[in-house]
Amino acid sequence: MSLSLAEADTTALETEPDEAAGGLWSDAFKRLRRNPAAIVGALLVLLFLAVAIFAPLLAPYDPAAQVGFGDIRPSYVPGPSSQHWLGLDTLGRDELSRIIYGARQSLIVAVVSVSIAGVVGSLLGLLAGAFGGWVDNLVMRVVDIMLAVPGLLFAIGVAAMLGQSLKSVMIAIATVNVPIFARLLRGSMLANRGADYVLAARSLGVRRKDITLGHVVPNSVSPVIVQGTLTLATAVVDAAGLSFLGLGSADPSIPEWGRMLTEMQDALSYAPHLALFPGLGIVLSALGFTLLGEAMREAIDPKFRR
Amino acid sequence: MTPVTQLSDVTSVPSAGGAPLLEVEDLSVTFTRRGRRDVRAVDGVTFSVRPGETVGLVGESGSGKSVTSLAIMRLLPSRGVQVGGRATFDGMDLLSLPKDSMRDIRGRDMAMVFQDPMSSLNPVLTVGRQITEVLKRHRGMQGDQARDEAVTLLSRVGIPDPARRFREYPHQLSGGMRQRALIAISLACKPRLLIADEPTTALDVTIQAQILELLKELVVDSGTSLIMITHDLGVVAGLCDSVNVMYSGRIVETASRYELFGHPRHPYTAGLLGSVPRLDAERGQPLQPIPGSPTDTLPWAHACAFQPRCANRVDRCASETPLLERDPDRRDPIGGPHWLRCFNPVTGDTPVTPPGAELVAPGGDALDPAAEQVGEGDQ
Repeated sequence: MSLSLAEADTTALETEPDEAAGGLWSDAFKRLRRNPAAIVGALLVLLFLAVAIFAPLLAPYDPAAQVGFGDIRPSYVPGPSSQHWLGLDTLGRDELSRIIYGARQSLIVAVVSVSIAGVVGSLLGLLAGAFGGWVDNLVMRVVDIMLAVPGLLFAIGVAAMLGQSLKSVMIAIATVNVPIFARLLRGSMLANRGADYVLAARSLGVRRKDITLGHVVPNSVSPVIVQGTLTLATAVVDAAGLSFLGLGSADPSIPEWGRMLTEMQDALSYAPHLALFPGLGIVLSALGFTLLGEAMREAIDPKFRR
Repeated sequence: MTPVTQLSDVTSVPSAGGAPLLEVEDLSVTFTRRGRRDVRAVDGVTFSVRPGETVGLVGESGSGKSVTSLAIMRLLPSRGVQVGGRATFDGMDLLSLPKDSMRDIRGRDMAMVFQDPMSSLNPVLTVGRQITEVLKRHRGMQGDQARDEAVTLLSRVGIPDPARRFREYPHQLSGGMRQRALIAISLACKPRLLIADEPTTALDVTIQAQILELLKELVVDSGTSLIMITHDLGVVAGLCDSVNVMYSGRIVETASRYELFGHPRHPYTAGLLGSVPRLDAERGQPLQPIPGSPTDTLPWAHACAFQPRCANRVDRCASETPLLERDPDRRDPIGGPHWLRCFNPVTGDTPVTPPGAELVAPGGDALDPAAEQVGEGDQ
C-alpha cells in the first residue's frame, strides 16, 4: 500500500469539500435565508423602509392637516373607521398618515446617526488597531471618556447647545455609538493581527500597509456590519426617546413617533390606541433590525455555523 | 547490526562543499517578560545550508525549532524578544539588515510554509488574490500576467482545474489542496531558501505523503534549499540530506541522514528513533518511549538538559555542560563530520536497535516517505 501511494501521481486526489459554495458572503447569505428569524426581521425592515420611502404615496391624508377637526370633542376622539383606519389624533389629524410619515423621521435619524457613528468609530478603531502602541492607547482613552458620559445626559447637553432639532438628536445618537464601533473594530483587528495568515503574509514580505488594509481589515469588518444593523434598532428607540423628552425637532407639523407619544399623554385615558400605534411602530422597526442583526451575526460568526 | 548505509548514493547530497547559502552561527533567542524569568528558547544554534541542500531541524515540541526559523526570517515580535548571534544569507547578515530590505528578501529569496494550511490562508480572500499579491509585490507583475502565472503555479503544485481554484476561497479547498496552494504561494518567486515548518503535521497520513513528494520534487527541480522543521523522523528520512537534532533550544547532534539513522550517537536521537513504530519490528514488540516530558530539563548553563530523561546519564551530565563537538568515533564518509553534544554517547551495541532496511531502501535511492508516513500512522 505504501508503495502504491508513493508511486501515485502527486496530483491532489482529495475530494472537494464544498462544491457549489460561493464566497464567504454568499455563504453567509445562504445561511441567513434558512433562518426564519432573519426572514421575519428582513420583512419588518423592508416594510419599515418601504413605508418611510414611499410615505407620500401611502399616506391617505396630509399628516399635518386637521382633516377631522370637526369630529373631535374634548375628551373624545373617534376611533378607527373606514375613513381613518387608525382614527384621528386629538387635533383631528389622520393617525395613519402621521404614523407613515413618522417612519421617515425615524429612518433618517437612525440611518444618519448610525452611519456617522459607524464611519467615525471605525476610523478610530482602524487607527488604534493598525498602529497599536501609543496611538492605540491615546485613541482608546478618548473612547473610554466618551463611553463614560451617559448617553441621555450627553444628548440633553447637545440639544441644549445646538437647540432642539433633528440634527442634535442625530449628533447625540451618533456620538453615543462611536465608542462601540471603535472598540469593536479595534478588538477584531487585534485578534486578527495575531492570526496565522498574517504571519504567513509577513513571511512573504507583504508590506505592513497591505497586510493591515488587505488582510486584517477585511477579516475584521463583519462584526462591525452586524453591530451597525443592531445599532439601527437602538437608534430608532433612542430617537423616539429623545423626541419623547422634547429634545427632537420642534416643528409640530413633522410627525415623529416619540413626540406623538408625548402629545398623546393627555388622551391616554380615553384614547389609548393613539399611544399604541406609534409605540408599535417603534417596537416593530427596532425588532426588525434586531432580528436581522442577530441572524447576521449567527450567519457570519463561525462559532454558530452548523 | 548490518551497516546497510548505502554509500553509493552520493547524489542526494548535492554540491558537498561549496559556499553555504545560509549560515546560522550561535543564534540565540530569549523571551523576556517583565516580572518573569527570561526564557532562552534557542541557545547557540549553529548550522548551515548549502545551495540545493535539504536540512532537517528535528525535535519535539518546545525544542526551539520553530523559533529558530522565525528568528532567521525575522518574524518574531520585536518586543520582549532578544535575538543574538548571526544568520548570514548569501553574504547578508539577516539579523542586522534594515527592515525594508528584510521585507524585500522575504517571499522573494526566502519563503516559509507553515504548519496549518487551514489558518495560514486568509479566509476572506480568494486563493488567486493571495498568489497574485506576492507576484505583484516581488515580481512586479500586473493583471492578466499575474493571473496566468498564478494559474501556472497552481497547476505546478498539482491542483486540478487551477483556473477554477484561482477564483475560489480557501474554505472551498480541502486541507491537502490548501497546503498545495500555500506551497505555490511560497514558491511563487522562486526563492533560494524555503523553510517548511512542519508542513504535513496538520494533514492526514495519505495527504502527508503526497505533500512531501511534491516538496521533494519542487526542491529538486528548482534547486531550492530547504529547511525542514519537523518532529517526524519519517519525514527526515525521506527528505533531508543532513539533520540537526534539537533539544531544549540547543542542537545536540548533527549528521548526514544515513549517518544519523544508521549510527545515532546522542541518547535523545537514539530515543527518538526507538520510539518510531517500525514495519520490520516483531509483532507485539512494545515501542520504547523516552521517559519524562520535555519540561523535565536542567538548564544548559551547568548541565545537560536531557540528563533527567537520559538512560545513558553519568555523573558529569548533571554538573557540566557538554559541548557540541566532532564525534571522534565516527567519520561520516558523505555528509561531513558527525557533531555531538554528549558525555556518554550511545554506541553501536546499545539497546537501541538501529534502523534497518525500511529506513534505507535497498536500492540506496532516496527513502520512500510514503512508507514512513504509513508506518507512523499505525500508532
